[in-house]
Amino acid sequence: MDATTDTKVRDARQARLSTLASADGAELLHLWEGLGIDPACEMVRGPEIGLIALRGRIGGGGAPFNFGEATVTRATVRLESGAVGHSVALGRDRRKAKLIAILDALAQDAEMESKIDAGIIRPLLKSQADRDALRREETAATKVDFFTMVRGED
Amino acid sequence: MYVAVKGGEAAIRNAHKLLADRRRGDRSVPSLTLEQIAEQLALACDRVMAEGSVYDRELAALAIKQARGDLIEAIFLLRAYRTTLPRFGYSQPIDTGSMQIERRISATYKDLPGGQMLGPTFDYTHRLLDPSLARDEAVEEGDRREGDDTPVMRVSDILAQEDLIEADGDVAGEEIGDLTRTPMEFPMDRDTRLQALSRGDEGFLLALGYSTQRGFGRSHPFVGEIRIGEVEVKLDVPELGFAVTLGRIRVTECQMVNQFKGSAKAPPQFTRGYGLVFGQSERKAMAMALCDRALRADELGEDKVAPAQDEEFVISHSDNVQATGFVEHLKLPHYVDFQAELDLVRRMRGEHARRRDGEDSMPEAAE
Repeated sequence: MDATTDTKVRDARQARLSTLASADGAELLHLWEGLGIDPACEMVRGPEIGLIALRGRIGGGGAPFNFGEATVTRATVRLESGAVGHSVALGRDRRKAKLIAILDALAQDAEMESKIDAGIIRPLLKSQADRDALRREETAATKVDFFTMVRGED
Repeated sequence: MYVAVKGGEAAIRNAHKLLADRRRGDRSVPSLTLEQIAEQLALACDRVMAEGSVYDRELAALAIKQARGDLIEAIFLLRAYRTTLPRFGYSQPIDTGSMQIERRISATYKDLPGGQMLGPTFDYTHRLLDPSLARDEAVEEGDRREGDDTPVMRVSDILAQEDLIEADGDVAGEEIGDLTRTPMEFPMDRDTRLQALSRGDEGFLLALGYSTQRGFGRSHPFVGEIRIGEVEVKLDVPELGFAVTLGRIRVTECQMVNQFKGSAKAPPQFTRGYGLVFGQSERKAMAMALCDRALRADELGEDKVAPAQDEEFVISHSDNVQATGFVEHLKLPHYVDFQAELDLVRRMRGEHARRRDGEDSMPEAAE
C-alpha cells in the first residue's frame, strides 16, 4: 500500500521533471509568472553548468558507446518549508534550472502539485505535443508514394 | 645555452584588434546574431557541435561567429570551452528506435514499415544557384499531411528475421571506452573507435569512405537506413534515485549494410557499419559507417590491404583539432631549431666539398 503510493509519487515527480527539463526556457518562465507565486528559497547547489557524456548503442541496439557530450545545467534548492528540489536540464539556462528545482520542491506539497500540474505541466505537454504533431505532419508530406508504371500490352 | 627572446606583444595585440575589426567587416552591414547563425546556418552549427563534440547550438553559433566562419577554428574553440566544464555523468544510451523522425530513407527496401520520408533534404535538388535567396523573399511553410503512427521499423530488424544479417554489435570489454578520459591505445575496441569517428573530421572520413568504394578495402555497401530526428536524453540522477529526461537532441543515424562472403570465423551474411552523429549530418554519418565497417577487418577475418582498414592510421589522424594543431604549429617561431639546422647543413656542405676536392685531386679545381 505504502509502496504503491511511493511509486506513484516517484513516477509523478519523474514525469514532471522530464517535462520541465524538455520545456523551452522562455515558455516555462511565462507560465511560472502566470502562477503568481514567488517563494523564498535557498540555493543549495548551483545553478551550475557542466557536461554529460552522451551514449548511443552500436547498431542502434548493441553495446553502448560514448559519442559526444552535451552542456547541462543543474540546481538544488531548499524552500522555507524545508522541501528540497533538484533539477538537471540540457543547455546553459541557469534561470530555467533554478525554476525547475523550485517547482520540484514546491510540488512535494499536494495542493501545489495540482496547481503546478494545471498551470505549467499540462500547458507544456500540450505545446510539446503540438510541436511534435507539426513536425510529424510536415515530415509525412515528404513521404514517397510509389506507383508502378505498367508497360506493354498483355 | 638557452636564450629567451621577448618581443612582439604590441604586434600581437594589434593583430588581434585587427582580427576583431575584420571579423566585424563593413559596419554598414548589420552584425549577425547568434539566432541567425543557429537558424540559417544550422548545418554549419551541426558540424561544429559534432566535431567539437559538444551538443550546444548556441555555443556552436558563437564559435562560428568568432571564427569568422572557419569551421575547424570554431570546432577548436568549442573543444577548448568544454575543457573548462565539470563532467556530471554519463547519459543512458539514447534510443534511436523511438526517434521523432524528420527524415528516414532506405536504399535497400522500397516498401518498408514507416515508409520513405525525405524530410528537408538537398537530394533531388538541381543544384542551380537560386537568385531569390539573394533578395530575401518570403518563404512558404512546408506542406502538411496526416501522419500515421506506424512504428518506423529498423531495416536491420527486417533482415534479422531470416538471420541474414549480423546482430547489433557487442564489445568484449566490460568498461565503455572514453577517449576524453583515457589516452588512445591500439588495438582499440569498436566502442572507442566509434567515439573517435563520431567526432572525427568529416572531410577525412568522407575521403576514406570514398576510398573503400573505389576498391581500397572494398566492402560492397548499401544504405540500409538513414534516419534523422530528435531523441530524448535521459540521465540517472543519484540525488533523485531515478532517471529523468533532460531534453532532446537531434541526431543522424546511418545503418550501412555490407555484403560479406563469410570467413573462417563467420558464415556468409550481411555485416554492418554504424554511424551516429549530432545534428543533421548525413554525409558524415554515412562516411562514419563506411569507416566503421572497414575498420572491422580484423574482427571479421578480412585481409588488411587498404588505408581505411588501418585502425591506427585512421583513428590517430581523424581528429581535426589535433591535426590542425600539429600542422599549424609549424608556422610558430622555430628560429633556434632552424639556426641549428642551418649550421648543420653548412657543415655537411663543407664536408661534401672537401670530400669531392679530395677525390678530384685536380690542382686547378682546388681554387
